[in-house]
Amino acid sequence: MIASDFTTVLPEVLLSLYAMLALVVFVYTGKDRHAALSVWLTSGSFMLLALVLAMGTPAGTASFGGMFIDDSFARFCKIVILLSAALVLVMGQDYAAKHDMLKFEYPLLVALSVVGMMVMVSAGSLLTLYMGLELQSLALYVVAAFRRDSAKSTEAGLKYFVLGALSSGLLLYGTSLVYGFAGTVGFSGISAATGNGDLSIGLLLGLVFVIAGMGFKVSAAPFHMWAPDVYEGAPTPVTAFFATAPKMAAMGLFARVVHDAFGGVTADWQQVVAVLSVFSMFLGAVAAIGQKDIKRLMAYSSIAHMGFALMGLAAGTVFGVQAMLIYMAIYISMNIGMFALILSMERDGRPVSDIASLSMLSKGQALKALCVVFIMFSMAGVPPMIGFFGKFYVLRAAYEANMAWLAIAGVVASVIGAYYYIRIVYFMYFGAESEPLDTQTPRRLTVILVASTAVITLGAAFSLFGIEPLAQVAAGSLAN
Amino acid sequence: MSNLLSLITFIPLVAAIILALLARGDSEASQSNVKNLALAATGFTFLASLMLLSGFEPNDTSFQFVEERSWLLGMQYKMGVDGISLLFVLLTTFTMPLVIAASWNVTHRLKEYMIAFLVLESLMIGVFCALDLVLFYMFFEACLIPMFLIIGIWGGKERIYASFKFFLYTFLGSVLMLVAMVAMFADAGTTDMVVLLSHNFGSDTLSVAGFHIIGGAQTLMWLAFFASFAVKMPMWPVHTWLPDAHVQAPTAGSVVLAAILLKMGGYGFLRFSLPMFPVASDLLAPLVFWMSAIAIVYTSLVALAQQDMKKLIAYSSVAHMGYVTMGIFAANQQGIDGAIFQMLSHGFISGALFLCVGVIYDRMHTREIDAYGGLVNRMPSYALIFMFFTMANVGLPGTSGFVGEFLTLMGIFQVNTWVALFAASGVILSAAYALWLYRRVVLGDLIKESLKSITDMAPREKMIFAPLVAMTLILGVYPALILDIIGPSVAALVETYHSNVAAHGVVSSAASTASH
Repeated sequence: MIASDFTTVLPEVLLSLYAMLALVVFVYTGKDRHAALSVWLTSGSFMLLALVLAMGTPAGTASFGGMFIDDSFARFCKIVILLSAALVLVMGQDYAAKHDMLKFEYPLLVALSVVGMMVMVSAGSLLTLYMGLELQSLALYVVAAFRRDSAKSTEAGLKYFVLGALSSGLLLYGTSLVYGFAGTVGFSGISAATGNGDLSIGLLLGLVFVIAGMGFKVSAAPFHMWAPDVYEGAPTPVTAFFATAPKMAAMGLFARVVHDAFGGVTADWQQVVAVLSVFSMFLGAVAAIGQKDIKRLMAYSSIAHMGFALMGLAAGTVFGVQAMLIYMAIYISMNIGMFALILSMERDGRPVSDIASLSMLSKGQALKALCVVFIMFSMAGVPPMIGFFGKFYVLRAAYEANMAWLAIAGVVASVIGAYYYIRIVYFMYFGAESEPLDTQTPRRLTVILVASTAVITLGAAFSLFGIEPLAQVAAGSLAN
Repeated sequence: MSNLLSLITFIPLVAAIILALLARGDSEASQSNVKNLALAATGFTFLASLMLLSGFEPNDTSFQFVEERSWLLGMQYKMGVDGISLLFVLLTTFTMPLVIAASWNVTHRLKEYMIAFLVLESLMIGVFCALDLVLFYMFFEACLIPMFLIIGIWGGKERIYASFKFFLYTFLGSVLMLVAMVAMFADAGTTDMVVLLSHNFGSDTLSVAGFHIIGGAQTLMWLAFFASFAVKMPMWPVHTWLPDAHVQAPTAGSVVLAAILLKMGGYGFLRFSLPMFPVASDLLAPLVFWMSAIAIVYTSLVALAQQDMKKLIAYSSVAHMGYVTMGIFAANQQGIDGAIFQMLSHGFISGALFLCVGVIYDRMHTREIDAYGGLVNRMPSYALIFMFFTMANVGLPGTSGFVGEFLTLMGIFQVNTWVALFAASGVILSAAYALWLYRRVVLGDLIKESLKSITDMAPREKMIFAPLVAMTLILGVYPALILDIIGPSVAALVETYHSNVAAHGVVSSAASTASH
C-alpha cells in the first residue's frame, strides 16, 4: 500500500528532489556561472514531467488515505502548469542575464513553487491543500522580491507576503471551522457530511472563509488588491510567471474544493462564486482603462479573465469545470505571447513598461506588432481568435446553469474591457510617433510570440488542438 | 464543385497571406505587384462567384452548394446559400474589385491596406454563406478587426475617435446576440441554422424579475439579435457611429461600409429574426416600423443640414436603410423583395456616391461642400456620373433606387398605412437634400480660385464607375433579374412566417393595424 501511494506522488517527489539536489550541487560548484544551465535543466525537467504525466494514465484512486488524488483533472492542471512554467522560465532568461538577475536559485525556487502547485491541484484534503498552497506561496514571495536592490521589487515581495499571509490565515480559519463542524478535513468526508444537501451554519462560514482565501490566490475581486502592485513591482520574468502557472493552480484548487468537498451543496457556493466573477470582470475591465503601465494593465486584465473563468465554475456543473479548464488553457497561451512582448520591450537597453512606448511599433517591428494585434483581439474575445471560444464555453456553462444574468454581465464587461485592448492596437498602429523601442529582440522571444500567435489564430481551424475532449475527461473525474 | 463556396470565401484570405509573406519593400515595382495581386484575387473571386450564379437553381428554396464538416463542441463548419443570401455574396464579390481599383493611388502602407481589404472580403462573404450559428458569429464579428484598422490607420483627422466608436458600438450590439445564440444552442441543442430555422423557440409569456414578457423566450432572443443588427444596419437611434465612421474612413473603406457591411444587418433580420422568432417579429414589428419611419424622416432632415459631403451621404444611407427594415418586417412578398432589392441597389448607389466624393477629395483634400461649386465647368463627365447617382439615390424611375423604394412602400402600405405615409415623405426629402447637394457642388459658376485647375476624371476612374452605372440602370429597367432569383425563397419565407405566427395563436398586430 505504501508503495502504491508512493507511485502516485512520484512526480512531486522527483521534482522536489531535483530542486534540492540541484541547489546543493550548484552551491558547491559554479554558483551563478551555471545559472543558464540551471534554467535549462529546470525547464527541461518540467517538460519531461509533463510528458510523463501526459503519457501515463492517472491512478484514479486517492492515496495516503484520501489526502492526495491523482485523477485526470489533476493531470490536466499539472500539464498546463508544467508547460507554462517551462516556457516562462526560458522566456525570462535573456532578460535576467541582461539585468543581472540570472541567479541559479531562481529556477529552483520556481521548481519548488511548481511542486506546491502540483500538490494543490491534487489535494484530497484541506490540509494537503494548505501545504501545497504554502509551498507555492513561500517560493513566490521570494521570487517577487528577487531584485533585492530594487525598492519596487522588495516592496512587491513584502506586499505579496503580507497579503498572502492574510489570505492563508483566512483559509486556515475556514479550514478549522470546517474541521470543527464536519469532523474531518478530507474532501470525501466533508462531502459525506454535506451530502444530504444541508449545510450547518458553521460549515457555511467555514466554506465562505475558504473561498475568500482562494479568492486571494486567484486574485478575484474584491480580493485582488495585491495583484497590480505585485505585477508592476516584480521583475518582468517573475510577473510573467505570476500571470500563468499559479493562476491555473489556484483555479484548479478552487474547482477541486467546491466540487470535491462541497459538491453536494452547489447552491450555497454558487452565488458567492458568481458574485466574485461579476466583481472581477467589471473591476478588471474598468480599472484597467486608466492604466499607463503595461504590467499593471496585465494585472487588471488577468483579474477580468479570472472573472470569466470563475463564471464557468459558478455554473456548478461538470460542463462548467470543462469550460473553466479550457478558458484557463487559452488564457495562459495568450498571456505567454503577451509577456514575450513585454519582456522584449526595451529602450536603450533599459526595460520599459510604459504603454505609450509601444507607439507606432508597427513601423519598426511589423511582425511583433501584428502578433500583438492578434493577441489583443483574442483577449478581447473577438472571433476567430481562440479567446472567443474560451468566452463562448463559459457563457454556455453559465446560461445552462440558469445564470443568464451572469452571462449578460460578462459580455457587457467584455465590451468595456475591449476598450483597453484595442487601445494597445491603436498605440501600435496609429498612435503618435514617439521614441522607438529597441529593435533587437532575443530570438526565443520572437519564436514564442509567433508560436503563441499561431496557436491563437489557428486554434479555431484545428478544433482548439483537441483540448476539448481532454478537458471533458478531466472535468468528469471531479466528484461532482 | 462541391466546395465552391469555401473556395470563394477563402481566395481573398489566401491572397492576403501570400501578400503578407512574400511582398517586400516599398519600391514602385513592389507596390504595383501588391495592387495587381489584390485586383487579380478579387477579380478571380468575382468570376468564381459567377459560377455560383450559373449553378444556382432559383426555384429550389432550400440551401444549395452546402458543405458540412464537423467542428468543436458539436458545432460544424457549414456553408450554403439560398435565394436570399446568394445575391449578397455576389454584391460583395462584385464590389471588391472596384474598391481595390479605387485605391490605386494609396501609397501609405499599401501592403497592409490591401491585406486588410482582402481579409475583410473573406469575412464578409463568410457572413452571407455561413449556415452555422457560431460560424456566422465568427465571420460577423471578425469583420470589426480589419475595419477598425482601416478606419484607424488610413482614416482622416478624427480617425481615432471614429474607429473606437465604431468598434465598441458594434461590439456591444453583437455580444448580446452572442448570449442569445448561446441560449438558442442550449434550447435547440444544435447550432445548425437549417435545423434552427425549423425549430420552434418558446413563445409563452415569461416573467423575468417581475416583468411579464409577452412572446417569452422569442422576444428576449429577438431583442438581443435586434441589438446587434439594428446597430449594424444602422437604425435610428443607434446610428450615430455611422456618420463618424464614414467621414473618417478612407474612400474605399466608406464604400465597403456602405455597400456591404450595412447589409449584414438586413441579412441578419431576414436570416434570423424573421424566420426563427416569428411570434416576436410579429409582436415587435410596429416598433420597427416606427423606428424606420422616424429614421427616414429624421435622418433626411439631418442630412439637409450637413456641411460635409460624406456625412450627408452617410445620413442618406441611414434613411435608405429605414426602407429596408420597414420592408422586412412588413413580412409580405413585396416588402421583403423590396428590402432585398433596396439593399442591393443601395450597395451600388451609395458605393458609387462615396466614390464620387473620393474623386474630388483626391484632388482637393476636402469634403466641405462650401469648398466646391461649379465643377461642371471643368469636370463634365464627373458632373454627369454624379448626377446619375444623385438621381438614383433620389429614386428616379428607371434606376434601381426606384424599384426598391416602391416595393418596400407597397409592402408596408398593406400593413400600416400611416407608416407608409411618413416613409413616403422621405422620398421627397431625399430629393431635397440630394439635389441641393448636387447644385452646391457641381452647378453654378466656377468662382473658387482653388478649383480653377481641377481636372476631370481619368480613364481609370471612369472604368470604376462603368459597372456601377450599368448595374443601376439594368436593375432599374429590368428588376426581374433579381426578383426572379430571390422570389421563390422569399415566398417560402413569407409562407412559413405567417403559418408560424398563426400557429402560435397570437393576434397578428399587423393585421389589426391594417384594418384601421
